[in-house]
Amino acid sequence: MTADTTATPATGPRTLARQRRRASVARFWRQYRTHRAGLFGLAALVLCALAALTAPLTVGSHVQSVTDAPGAPLESPSGRFWLGTDQFGRSLLGLVVWGSRVSLLVGLLAAVLSVAIGALIGITAGHFGGWYATVMMRITDWFLVMPTLVLAIALATVMSRSLGTTVLAIGVTTWPTTARLVRAQTLAVESRPYIERAKALGGGHGHVMTRHVLPNVMPLVLAQTTLIISTAILAEATLAFLGLGDPTVVSWGGLLQDAREAGAVSSGDWWYLVPPGIAIAVVALAFTLCGRAVESVLNPRLGVPR
Amino acid sequence: MTAEATPALVEGAAGPGSTGRAAGRAPRAGASASYLRYVAGRLGGAAVSLLAVLVTSFFLFRLIPGDPVKFMTGGRPVSAQQIAVYRKEFGLDLPLWHQFTDYCGKALTGDLGTSYQFRAPVLDKITEALPNTLLLTVTAFVLYTALGIFLGTRSAWRNGGAGDRLHTGLALTLYSIPSFWLGLLLIIVLSVGVGPVPGLFPTGGMESGGTEGFAYVLDVAHHLVLPVLTLVAVEYGQTLLVTRSALLDEMGSDYLTTARAKGLRDDLVRRRHAVPNALLPTVTLIFVNLGRTVAGVILVETVFSWPGLGGLFYQALSVPDLPLVQGLFFVFAAAVILMNTLADLLYPLLDPRVGR
Repeated sequence: MTADTTATPATGPRTLARQRRRASVARFWRQYRTHRAGLFGLAALVLCALAALTAPLTVGSHVQSVTDAPGAPLESPSGRFWLGTDQFGRSLLGLVVWGSRVSLLVGLLAAVLSVAIGALIGITAGHFGGWYATVMMRITDWFLVMPTLVLAIALATVMSRSLGTTVLAIGVTTWPTTARLVRAQTLAVESRPYIERAKALGGGHGHVMTRHVLPNVMPLVLAQTTLIISTAILAEATLAFLGLGDPTVVSWGGLLQDAREAGAVSSGDWWYLVPPGIAIAVVALAFTLCGRAVESVLNPRLGVPR
Repeated sequence: MTAEATPALVEGAAGPGSTGRAAGRAPRAGASASYLRYVAGRLGGAAVSLLAVLVTSFFLFRLIPGDPVKFMTGGRPVSAQQIAVYRKEFGLDLPLWHQFTDYCGKALTGDLGTSYQFRAPVLDKITEALPNTLLLTVTAFVLYTALGIFLGTRSAWRNGGAGDRLHTGLALTLYSIPSFWLGLLLIIVLSVGVGPVPGLFPTGGMESGGTEGFAYVLDVAHHLVLPVLTLVAVEYGQTLLVTRSALLDEMGSDYLTTARAKGLRDDLVRRRHAVPNALLPTVTLIFVNLGRTVAGVILVETVFSWPGLGGLFYQALSVPDLPLVQGLFFVFAAAVILMNTLADLLYPLLDPRVGR
């Protein structure tokens, strides 16, 4: 985003740039603060991130051990096991907290991969134009109409069951929206006179794309990342639920699959199913709320209620 | 999430009004010729997309490290002779290129191979399950589209009000819920029964058997309630948000001011003037988002053991029964591409500004 030109007197180009950047971050935060839903989302995310990061201290990796589980199988919630136990007698609360690590990690990595692909294709298509852009946008449109999950399932089926596979399967199927958005923004940025100036001064393709277009596209890319993380977390849960995740790690989707296979549905053990699902929904919703708040700060015309 | 993904829209929608009026006055023959050109372009694009799906589905499932025969035998020790027989039976002994041309030729005549798991033609399994999936999907699609457009319109019209915040919040929440989880919870609460709540609906399947005529229809409808409810709940939010943002884009337009200045009631301004214009981009986005519905259908059918394509896909995945996965992959992708093409073709009929 363009910074105010009314910045304080400059001592050098670098300090000036830094001041402007700080000013625009502060302005962004002031506007973001007015979105109550966005603040809720941010708070929920901070809590989840803390829980995930401190999990080795609070619950420890032994929660996922099947052999020395502390409780009896399928205990309902009690003072000792707040959320009950699974079919191996493991504490569900511990598993949900521990599972957040995998779900958040996969969500973040997949979203970063997806947005990186989208930004790369969007910027190059917008910058170079011509037949390259035509071909790339054709491919993008094709991916856009393809049922994302079906493609991700197909990819996950043919590759070995691992976290890397899940990240890859989600990343390479969810990038098209980002590519379209970034291309549109790139076209808008490149029509401005200062790009012409940069080119006249001898700036090459790489210089224009990384030094001028990328910083202007970055806010949009960040908003998009936030939104895609929530999609990615849902997709990870779905793949794990279908039995396509890494069977050796505990994740929220995997817990739901375990619950279904343990017959929690037919025996009415709702307390086994509810916590992982709520965890998925809360995190996905939190990322969506943050993403929408960021989006509406950047583009107030969207009319997101505050 | 927002109204950014409008591929077919952006090219056609030039200045509002002016081009539309000009096209309206143009000789009938000229208009239909340009519509035919538009149709030809869209159909060509769809054909290329379908071919790309065919190629992808072939090579994707040949990427697998290891021998497909190993999947078929499920890791059991088999003699070399047996393996050779399998390889011959499924055409795996031919060179890759040969396999590919074979596959394309057969796919064009409707032969999608033989399922490893059921030892039956893939096409038969698919045609068997298709009507059940269509019943579920079409019912849910009609309901969630209607609900989404209705609530989205109201939300946008009272932008920022309590109703808008409630509906947007609810839509976003339901949108963030995994469909399979919601399905499982509904089964527990409404089918198995929790505490005082008795089991009201069947836990899964499509029919109880032993009924005929009207009783059969009622029985299927009874089985249909929960799957449809799940799908509608997780999918209507998207339609709501899309409709809402499309209508918000129209809200500031001059023609609405004119309509109000004429003395039209608020209700009429909304229904006759704003909504028809906002529906146009909404229609495209509803069809672009069909891919998400396909995902929802796969999961809901899996959870409710609905005997449709999605349930079949899950069965095929757990083996994995590659010809069946491949065939279903093609069917799902082709269905979405065809529906999108259909939407593209209908679009100029709805909006005279596009494609002329």
